[in-house]
Amino acid sequence: MFKKKTVAMIISVIMLVSLALAGCSSSSSTEEKSADGKKVIKFMHLWPEGSSNAQFSIVKDIIGEYEKEHKDIKIETEILNPDQYREKLKVLASSNELPDIGMTWSDGFIKPYVDGGMLAPLDDVVNKNPDLKDAFIPGVKESYAVDGKTYGLPLELNISYVFYNKEIFKKYNLEVPKTFEEYKKVVKTLADNGVVPATVGAKDGWPASFWFMYLADRIGGPTILTDVIHGKAKMDDPAIVKAAQEVQNLVDMGGFVKGASALSNDDAKGYFMNEKAAMFLTATWELPNYTTSPDVKQEFKDKIGYFKFPTYEGGKGTDINSYVGGPGVGLFVAKDSKVQKEAKDFVGYLVKRWGEKSVTDAGVIPATKVDTSKLKLAPMYIDILKDLSEASNVTTYFDTQSSPAVSELHHDLVTALFGKQITPKDFVKQQADALAKEQK
Amino acid sequence: MKNVMSNKFVITLYVLPALILILLLIYIPIVLTGYYGLMDWNGIGKMKFIGLDNYIELVKDKLFWQSTWHSLLLGLFSTVSLVGYLILSLILASKIKGANFLRKIYLIPMLLSSVAIGQLWAKIFDPTNGMINRLLIIFGVDNPPVWLADSKIALYALFFPIVWQYAGFYIIIFYAALKNVPEELIEAAKIDGATSIQIAYKIKLPLIAGVIKVMVILAIVGSLKYFDLIFVLTGGGPNHASEVMASYMYSEAFSKYNFGYGSAIGFGLLIICLVMTWLIQKLLSSKEVEF
Repeated sequence: MFKKKTVAMIISVIMLVSLALAGCSSSSSTEEKSADGKKVIKFMHLWPEGSSNAQFSIVKDIIGEYEKEHKDIKIETEILNPDQYREKLKVLASSNELPDIGMTWSDGFIKPYVDGGMLAPLDDVVNKNPDLKDAFIPGVKESYAVDGKTYGLPLELNISYVFYNKEIFKKYNLEVPKTFEEYKKVVKTLADNGVVPATVGAKDGWPASFWFMYLADRIGGPTILTDVIHGKAKMDDPAIVKAAQEVQNLVDMGGFVKGASALSNDDAKGYFMNEKAAMFLTATWELPNYTTSPDVKQEFKDKIGYFKFPTYEGGKGTDINSYVGGPGVGLFVAKDSKVQKEAKDFVGYLVKRWGEKSVTDAGVIPATKVDTSKLKLAPMYIDILKDLSEASNVTTYFDTQSSPAVSELHHDLVTALFGKQITPKDFVKQQADALAKEQK
Repeated sequence: MKNVMSNKFVITLYVLPALILILLLIYIPIVLTGYYGLMDWNGIGKMKFIGLDNYIELVKDKLFWQSTWHSLLLGLFSTVSLVGYLILSLILASKIKGANFLRKIYLIPMLLSSVAIGQLWAKIFDPTNGMINRLLIIFGVDNPPVWLADSKIALYALFFPIVWQYAGFYIIIFYAALKNVPEELIEAAKIDGATSIQIAYKIKLPLIAGVIKVMVILAIVGSLKYFDLIFVLTGGGPNHASEVMASYMYSEAFSKYNFGYGSAIGFGLLIICLVMTWLIQKLLSSKEVEF
């Protein structure tokens, strides 16, 4: 008697569970129209009002304008901070519930989504729209392309420079270094006087990788890291070993802040912002802190200058106008979106308006060309936008170009390289092995 | 009422909601995790069945065993620290002045979120401006260690905030257990001339042995699946020097997009936890004392 009941109970539990699960899967993607008959486009982005106020406001204004022009469309936003955004996007993707429009990073990040058949190609948006056709800085849009089709439209472009504190340089009679030998001399003078020469958040991996990537660029030539990714060069190329060696030479000289491998990028940035470190190799997303941000004292902003990463004597990368950088976030449209046509139209609109507003309102360098003559900008922006137009090459960050697995390994190993836990030979060998395994 | 409770159908009905929740949130995901472990899956595209490959790789994976070792070390350290908490609780429960106030102080770290604690200790451990190294420099240490950046000490340095974080929890439970020891027994022992150390060792401790056992299990299992502060403070680095099982699982599944392998690690973690719990219960199984 009792057994029968137990069986009945188990069966009823199973039925209830399956009912509940079925409920989960069907409830989510049915609503297309809001109560007032407007079509709803779901848009997920990563600029919360609190931490990225300027970007948040621009997007909000653009949505407002668009809704005014298109009375039948309603754009619903969901906003998360970047780290949460990454996680949530993955979870949504695994249950096939991506928002109609969302943000993505380029190369290695976007590829699994494209391979999984989640994203719609956006070439038609660009080709149909005369405003967009020639608007992008060459090479940037291509970072979001897989097999010749573009799946994301870039909003940002960042290149990296060495930012430095002019006051500290003046105090020790230092000149901006043009070559790596000169740079080492600068480091030595600063270190001898007890000043932290450069700050770097090696715990996060990627900020430390900037140093490695630039040295590889200067020693092995501007295409070497891209060639490694595409299997045209080997990671254990002597030039790359030398670059890793030079990183460790700098560490030995006391060229970086102490205990860098436990500092996050934000921790490291603190040293530079508090004038406890003379130099900070970072990308142009930091520019507002040195120019327009109301949260930073003008006194500090006046002290900050920048220089291009020095060239290396005898290296193949002789052009100082070759940069390490890359696109930041771009926009995608989900393949399964029920409002794909409308979503694509809005994406085109957003990219165009973003390009017009982002430099002046948020201090972000957009991926579209900017006409500086019409804008009132801080001098540092004008210089950098000019540099950008003269750039001979922009090598996309190695960790952005590689697959997530290699990228993660690269971060771990760069941290270890800065902490001197591995030799330069080991550093390249482990990555060469991982790359070889993938390229097979 | 009696009638209602003897009706098996009604009992089933009452138990059902909790049962469904537990099944949905705990048991089904466990089974699914084991199942995903059989797949080659990046979390986004299609899954590919690869049999036991992930589990075979797991057994051969040096990093996995290294992180398991780190988790076990943390478990050992937490267990040893229980002795300290026990002594503190004995002192607090022996009616000293300000015991209430002290108890609250010990509890405060438990009220903070792990991320806040992580930020706090990141500042304390900072090699140049941190509290510890500033103190060391004042006392004349020329080259103080760089703590979390040194692969040889990072793991051990992390143990301290972790143990500190849970101090209040253990102390409050030990304290409550000690307060439950009948006053008559202690008075009788006093009349017989027992010293307070004898009372503690011969009367109080045997009476709370059951609680101690549970706390040891909680400490070890909690350590084996520990994640928060390690993720915030070092992220398992530098170069995996402070990697524990949970942080390794996270980096495989969420950073390397290796969901299949990450699931296999998760399943391995579950099995190790089960084995350890069983072992501890075997080791500690003794009859409970009653007076």
